[in-house]
Formats: sequence, structure tokens, C-alpha cells
Amino acid sequence: MSRAGSGSLPRYILQRVLLVIPMIWVILTLVFFILRVAPGDPVSAALGGKISPQALEQRRQALGFNRPLIAQYWDYLSSVAHLDFGTTFSDNQPVLRVITDNGGATLYLTVAAFVLALVVGIPLGLIAGRYRDSAPDVVFRLFGILTYAAPVFFVGFLLQFYVAEPLGLPTSGDASPITIFEVPTKTHILLVDALLSGNGAAVQDVLKHLVLPATTLGLLICGVFIRLVRVNMLQTMQADYVEAAEARGLTAGKVTWRHGFRNALVPVITVVGLQFALLLSGAILTEETFNWPGIGQKLLYYINNRDYGAVQGIVTFFALAVVLISLLIDIVNALIDPRVRY
Amino acid sequence: MRRMLSAVAKPFSETTGLARWMLVAGVLITAVFLIAAIFAPWLAPYGFAQSSAHGVEFPKVGHPSSAHPFGTDRLFFDVLSRVIWGARTALEVVILSILFCVVLGVPLGLLSGFYGGPLDRVLVLIMDALYAFPPLLLAIVVSFLLTDVYGGSVIAVSISLTVVYIPQYFRVVRNTTLSAKEATYIEAARAIGARDIRIMRKYLFGNVVHSVPVLGTLNAADAILTLAGLGFLGLGIQSTAAAEWGHDVSRALADAGSGVWWTGLYPGLAIVLLVTGLTLVGEGLNETLNPTLRRRRLLAVVMPPRDRTPVQEVQR
Repeated sequence: MSRAGSGSLPRYILQRVLLVIPMIWVILTLVFFILRVAPGDPVSAALGGKISPQALEQRRQALGFNRPLIAQYWDYLSSVAHLDFGTTFSDNQPVLRVITDNGGATLYLTVAAFVLALVVGIPLGLIAGRYRDSAPDVVFRLFGILTYAAPVFFVGFLLQFYVAEPLGLPTSGDASPITIFEVPTKTHILLVDALLSGNGAAVQDVLKHLVLPATTLGLLICGVFIRLVRVNMLQTMQADYVEAAEARGLTAGKVTWRHGFRNALVPVITVVGLQFALLLSGAILTEETFNWPGIGQKLLYYINNRDYGAVQGIVTFFALAVVLISLLIDIVNALIDPRVRY
Repeated sequence: MRRMLSAVAKPFSETTGLARWMLVAGVLITAVFLIAAIFAPWLAPYGFAQSSAHGVEFPKVGHPSSAHPFGTDRLFFDVLSRVIWGARTALEVVILSILFCVVLGVPLGLLSGFYGGPLDRVLVLIMDALYAFPPLLLAIVVSFLLTDVYGGSVIAVSISLTVVYIPQYFRVVRNTTLSAKEATYIEAARAIGARDIRIMRKYLFGNVVHSVPVLGTLNAADAILTLAGLGFLGLGIQSTAAAEWGHDVSRALADAGSGVWWTGLYPGLAIVLLVTGLTLVGEGLNETLNPTLRRRRLLAVVMPPRDRTPVQEVQR
């Protein structure tokens, strides 16, 4: 009786959700205090020299910087709870607006990269793991290590130099000005907007701009997939049930497919979730390399303007996203693999 | 001494085939960069921020030539020299950040694991929160905060990397402490009246610290990528403070459109090579030390000469 109770899915999900709440609180506290212990005054750092001292004092009042730290902390927590990530100091915009305006570009870039990485990485990893120490194993592993070892911006540099020019692919931005002008903004995801508008030339233009950045970012994650899938496959092929299947006289192909590949892929789902952090780091670098108008580039823009408000808001958003996605992955994992629930 | 040597040689002597070759290749590549880092002043033809020699100005974005085998960049610097000096910067940053991690992470992990209770819970929560952050984002935020204090120096970047990697050191030390403190020798130490400080320093420290070098090697590759990433974003080390590969590639990106390849290719290749070398070492160690992956070389078994006496006669 009690076994069934402790292993039930709703109970597991509830447990995980309850555990996430203190985690979020700790992360938010960390973000707040790390950004507030910084020496100097954030408001004058962002606006100093641009407006008069009186106006500066007014802004400081309006942003609540004259209130005690604990009150500011409470304000911060309660506004995040209402999904309000504050306002930027330098151009006085709600951070949530900044995120929705620029997040779309980051979103479809990362999704495209992720799909590319899955399509290339998983088969290569499976083959390398199945035929250990064979020629494909050596080649795919080296490929995996190289794609991990090559910094995103260096791959971007090579692609810009050796691929973009011969093929005539664009290396900067997410679309040409005419496309941006013609496609009406509905979802803030340019690719979707272009598809919705039914403008064939615009879609083509957006896809052309997407090729190199998505390849760059995709290669980075693909290396990780090759390594992980390979190791999983190695471990799976040594498992008792694989030996048992071989002993029953199944053909090598059947053993590999039905007993090897399938089981080797289960842990990949967990890993897919963990790659989100890597994907985000890679996206920031890719956006900077290809001048891609996403949230990472916006963050760098605000960092260069010393805008603490914007940095705090965007970092808070990223932190929340990371925690929530890992929660989601845990739940999906529990759905697929009953062992996780115990 | 012999025991130490055989412990170092273990990954080599116990592996076969591919794993061994990868390990050897990794060690060789890493060694080359180590030599470049240590002997940079003698190996590099010029200084990392030198734009003229013997009263002659270097050309701006000069094509590779005999005087400048890797060419010069748009700041008139010699690319080959910057690549070699970059190895030293990478080594400095990695060593400094590992040092910070050890100095902070090991004692915190020891205290946390040894005393448990609220201190442990708070520390674990903070470290978990840091660990949950995307590493580059965390490094960006920390260097953003440090710009006014140590902006653009080796120290600032090392601190940023420390914040990124310290949770791992803390975790490993804490978990080993947790299991080590239940051991009989700790109980014995307590029984003879040793104080907590003494137990931690004399008995636990030595048994807990041995996992740190492995962790350091595994993190070094990642740390170099993070360092280069920060440099590329302009949040790392400034060009005149030290030679840093990532920052050099970012300056080279502007040249890619005008057909200049040498300013970006060489520093980029340096990053790829060094990270590959370190990863190969890490993977090689993993394949030999991790029992689920390990495939030991079968050592030849010497059988005693067969003596054909009683059994066969009985059978007959």
C-alpha cells in the first residue's frame, strides 16, 4: 500500500513543485543581493552625466533607491511574483517588454539549433557507441570533442569567412530591412510572423539569415549529444538484458535496435534539460557573433550602459526560466521512467 | 616515489587502443601549451602589446611574412606573439581560479559536511543556486559587477570563474566529508579527545582533498572556454593588459568581411587545440577511472610449466 502511495505520479510532481519554491526564493535573493552589494550608485551609473542632479534624485526616488534595503528586497520579490521584472534605468522601459520584444529572436534561433543538434548528434553518438573503437567511433568522437572545444564565436568566424562569402549568405542580423518593414509584428517571432504573412520572399530571407547562426549554435550542442549518447550506448550494450537478448539468439541488428538504442536514449531526455544552460550561454555568444537581435545581445547592450535595472530584470528572468525548465524536465522524466518516482 | 610514479602511469599502463592514444595526444597537446605559457618571454618574438621593434613600426593588419609569421592585427600587434602570450594568460587565470576555488570551497565544504545543521543547509542552497545558473551568464554578471573595481584584469576574470566553478568543489568536498566523518579513525580521534579543528585539519583534510586535482583538470577545459567567451564579449581582459585569445577573435571578426583571416584563425585555433587537449586528458582519465566504462588491458598471464605426472597416470 505505502509503496504505491510514495511512487504515485501526482505526489512526485507535487513534491518537486514544492521543492522548487525555496530554490526560486534563494536564487532571487542571490540575484538581488549580488547586484545590490555592488559599489556605487546604480542610478547614477546608468544615467550619470546625462540628466541634471535634480532629475537624477527624482529617478532615484521613483525607483525606490532611498528606501531601506529590506523594503527594496520585499518590493523586488513581490513584483517578481507578479511577473514584473522592473524597469530599465537607461531608457525607462519595462524589462518584460524588452524580453518579449527580443526573446522571440532568441527563441527560434535556439529551437533551430537544438533540432539540428538532435538530428545530427543522436545518430552519430549511437553509431559511435555501438561500434566502439571502430573508425566511425574515432571520427565521430573527435568531431564531438572538436565541436565542444571550438568556441561558438570561432566557429562563427570560420563560417563567416569560408562559407558565407562563397554561398552569399548574410552574416549579420535576422532579416534584411525590407523584410522587417514588410512583415507585420504579431508574435515577436520573426519566422512565425513571416510564415503568417504568407510572404514567400520574406520567409526565404528569414531562413537565409537563420542558417549560419543556427549551424554555429547547433554544432556546439551537437558535440555534447554525441558524447552523452555514446557513453549511454556503451553502458547499455554492457547491460544484462542485452546479453540475455544475445543469448536468446536474436540477431545483432535486433539487439542493437530494440534493446540498445531505445534504452540508451532514455537518459538523453534528462540531459536535454541540462543543456538549456549551455544553450543559453551559447546563444549569448552566437547573437554577439552574428549581430542577432535577441535577448543576449540586449543584455550586453545594457551591461555596456551599466544599467543595473535591466541587468537585474533579465538575469532574474533567465534564472526563473532555468529553474522552471529543469522542473518540467524532471516531470517529463518521471512520466517516461517510473524508476525516477521512487 | 615509485608508488607515485606508478600511480601517474596507471592510466597509461592500464588502457589499450584508442583510449590510450587519446590520452597520450591530450597530454602532449597540453604539454606544448604549458611550455608556451611558462617560456612565453623567450618563445614569443615580441611582447603581447608591442607595436614596433628597433624603431620600425609594425604594419597594420599586415599579411603573414617572415618578420611576422602569423601577420599583425589592426592594433599593429604581432599575432604569433599574442598567441603565445595568450597561453600564459590562460594558465594564469585557470591556476588563480582553481586556487580561489580551493581556498574557499574546500574549507566551506569541510565545515558544511562536518557540522551539518543549518549552516550546511544554507551553504548547500546557495551553492545549488549558483550551480543552477548558466555558467557564462553568471560569469558575465560577476565581471559586470567587478568592472569598477578590478575591471579588465586577470584577477577580475579569475574571480568570475571562481564564482562559476566553486559549487563543484564545495559539493565534492562536502560529500566526501559526509562519508569520511563516519569512519572509525575519526571516532578514534574523537575518543582520544581531538578537537573539531584538529580532526578537520589533521584527519579529514588529507582524505577529502584528493578529489580536487581531478576536478581541476576536468574544469580547466571549460574554464578556458568561459574565459575566452568573456573576452569575446569584451568583459574579460583588455588587449593591453594581457594577450587573451577570445578578445583577439572578437577584434578579428570585423576583419572577416575584408578578407583578413590570420587575425582570427590563429587565436581561435589556439583555443580549440588547448581545449581539445584538456578534454582528451579528461576523457582518457574518465575511461580508465570510471569502472562502468573501463576496459582494462589484459596482462599476459604466465602459467607455471605443466608437470605431467599424477593426474594423467591416474586417468590411464
